[in-house]
Amino acid sequence: MSQATTGDTPTTDTTDDIVLDVQDLVVEFGTGRKRVQAVSGVTFQVRRGETLGLVGESGCGKSTSGTALVQVQPATSGSVAYKGQNLTKVSKSELRQLRTKIQMIFQDPISSLNPRRKIKDVVAEPLVIWGRGTKEERDAKVRSMLEAVGIDPDNAGDRRPREFSGGQCQRISIARALMADPDLLICDEPVSALDVSVQAQILNLLADLKAEFDLTVVFIAHDLAVVKNVSDRVAVMYLGKLVEVAGSDDLYREAAHPYTEALLASIPEPDPDHVSTHKPLTGELPSPLDPPSGCRFRTRCPYAQDRCAEEEPPLRDVAPGHQVACHFPVGPIGAARQAATTS
Amino acid sequence: MSQTTEPIGSVSPSETASAADGKPLLIVEDLHTSFRTTRGTVRAVDGVSFEVRAGTTLGIVGESGSGKTVLSRSVMGLLPVRDVVRSGTVIFDGRNVTEMSDAELRSVWGAELSMIFQDPMTALNPVKRIGRQITESLRLHLDMDKKEADRTAVELLRSVGIPSPEQRAKWYPFQLSGGMRQRVMIAIALACSPRLVMADEPTTGLDVTVQAQILDLLADLQRDRHMAVILVTHDLGVVANRADEIIVMYAGRIVERAPTAKLFNDTKMPYTQALMDSIPRLSDPSGARLTAIGGRPPDLINPPTGCRFAPRCVYAQDKCRESEPPLRTVGSADHTFACWYPLVDGVSTAPPSSTVAVDLTLSKATTDPSATTQTDTKPADGAPVAEEQS
Repeated sequence: MSQATTGDTPTTDTTDDIVLDVQDLVVEFGTGRKRVQAVSGVTFQVRRGETLGLVGESGCGKSTSGTALVQVQPATSGSVAYKGQNLTKVSKSELRQLRTKIQMIFQDPISSLNPRRKIKDVVAEPLVIWGRGTKEERDAKVRSMLEAVGIDPDNAGDRRPREFSGGQCQRISIARALMADPDLLICDEPVSALDVSVQAQILNLLADLKAEFDLTVVFIAHDLAVVKNVSDRVAVMYLGKLVEVAGSDDLYREAAHPYTEALLASIPEPDPDHVSTHKPLTGELPSPLDPPSGCRFRTRCPYAQDRCAEEEPPLRDVAPGHQVACHFPVGPIGAARQAATTS
Repeated sequence: MSQTTEPIGSVSPSETASAADGKPLLIVEDLHTSFRTTRGTVRAVDGVSFEVRAGTTLGIVGESGSGKTVLSRSVMGLLPVRDVVRSGTVIFDGRNVTEMSDAELRSVWGAELSMIFQDPMTALNPVKRIGRQITESLRLHLDMDKKEADRTAVELLRSVGIPSPEQRAKWYPFQLSGGMRQRVMIAIALACSPRLVMADEPTTGLDVTVQAQILDLLADLQRDRHMAVILVTHDLGVVANRADEIIVMYAGRIVERAPTAKLFNDTKMPYTQALMDSIPRLSDPSGARLTAIGGRPPDLINPPTGCRFAPRCVYAQDKCRESEPPLRTVGSADHTFACWYPLVDGVSTAPPSSTVAVDLTLSKATTDPSATTQTDTKPADGAPVAEEQS
């Protein structure tokens, strides 16, 4: 499943089950000497019906990865294959066709809706663009989709986005994204601008819609507690690279990368007696213009050693379905590894 | 990182002594703030009273539209004059803030009472170097000359954990990351060693890692300088380990107030419980269904009669919809709440005839999903959101 099959034939060996196959994705901005690598060689796969969480701090490249998945941001190198079709190679018209199957939901729900248009027109637009159905059919679909996301179509259809709260706007964005019957939904921080109470509503809604419409989801966020709640598997990203990939319960139980450990530690637990056992992360993400040598996390890592500066740790399997890019993994996996080497 | 510097404009011994005797630094009494709009009067803060002691942290928690931002601005005296009706008193250190002239307010703001705003990008002046923005208040309130103010600004930037502060002081806000900007905001707010800092959602919009750093920084500085802090947030998780006391607000009113441990361990108000339950917890297995609060806060132009939370409360009874519960105590005097049927050990004391009452006590996965989304479909006549105005 998540195994990095960094073989020579990146896309041809996919099974039917793999909806999205990302191989060694690199995204660069700028030209010449002023080049920033936002995503530096990311490989992962998403299976049908799965939710993959992509988690990391601002600036780690998770949103850029998200936009590169639909090729809104073209990949500099590497491939993004949707059901075996390499999106980086297909023609523009084919890409446009394929994009109807891959839809995105953005962070700021209010600014991602056109403020001057009525809700029913905003939601109907994907069908209008593709000339699908008659006016009546489109109206019917808008109604049913608004109902599916918990918005009353009679009441809301003729209103404009500013009349709705953030949570409601996010529901409308979701309705729009689902209009073209996508298979794959890419959610880029869909709840980070919302109150916790509304966040819970939207997360529950996404879970319901995923089941109802048979969706595969890539869920991008910075809050590991949120990501864990919605995801089957989680990929942790740091400065353009994946540092750990694991099943979401495994990741919480036996985080092997020090960065994952730090991310877990920084989540505020709603419990006054909770004492965090991990040291919180200090400092900020280094500039991607000049990433540290070796392991990119070493400048903030409490366990960093000389080897970390010299040699970049590859993403390797440490347990079934669990990959880590660290020379000195922590937690139960790290302990087991140490025991094995000393004996 | 923050303990390296001495508090600037340090606290005099007499002030520390007055703090120790436990007299409240801030007393808010029966505060009302309303906005006149074309649709009617929005009662954003509707009779709120509380106290803050020197050196302590008060958490104010509520959803968007609960009036917490208007409350913090009312306390600060930071409200527009037009179309605002305010009553009640705010006594800061023996002086009534609500009766102060603009000139008096200016002498208090920054020097004794300061504020950290939610969005550092819009709160900072985009065309002024960050050093200038710090020295501004130093020169005004502490009469420093340019050199001394510059030196102090660099020290302040260092104390909030900004690397190479000498160079950074010459930077503009856009050159800094969100976390760094919030550190600058804190440096500005703390420049004149205020005795009370109002932090309105200081970490909303920041990464969780940065959020932890900023909150730790604020706690360190608070300890060093013996400041009182009011931490306004929508996330109970943020205040759980930081506040001494927590106020939960709903629809412009306080619905529960207690010392932090009591609030979490002996929650009385179903709304507080619902807020806690809506937070995704790491300890829950993935895919666990969250207990969302259906619907959203009421329109503050026409708040419902009776308990304002009743339309969304799973335990609501006829009595709740008819008459409004007063703030009262049961047992300890420091724990007040407004509920006719307060929770006891997480279970409602509402009459057992109610069938819905079982809902919350069941596991999260069994809560009926349609119930939550259904309620949201019918907001009070689909009226536009009662926006918090400021």
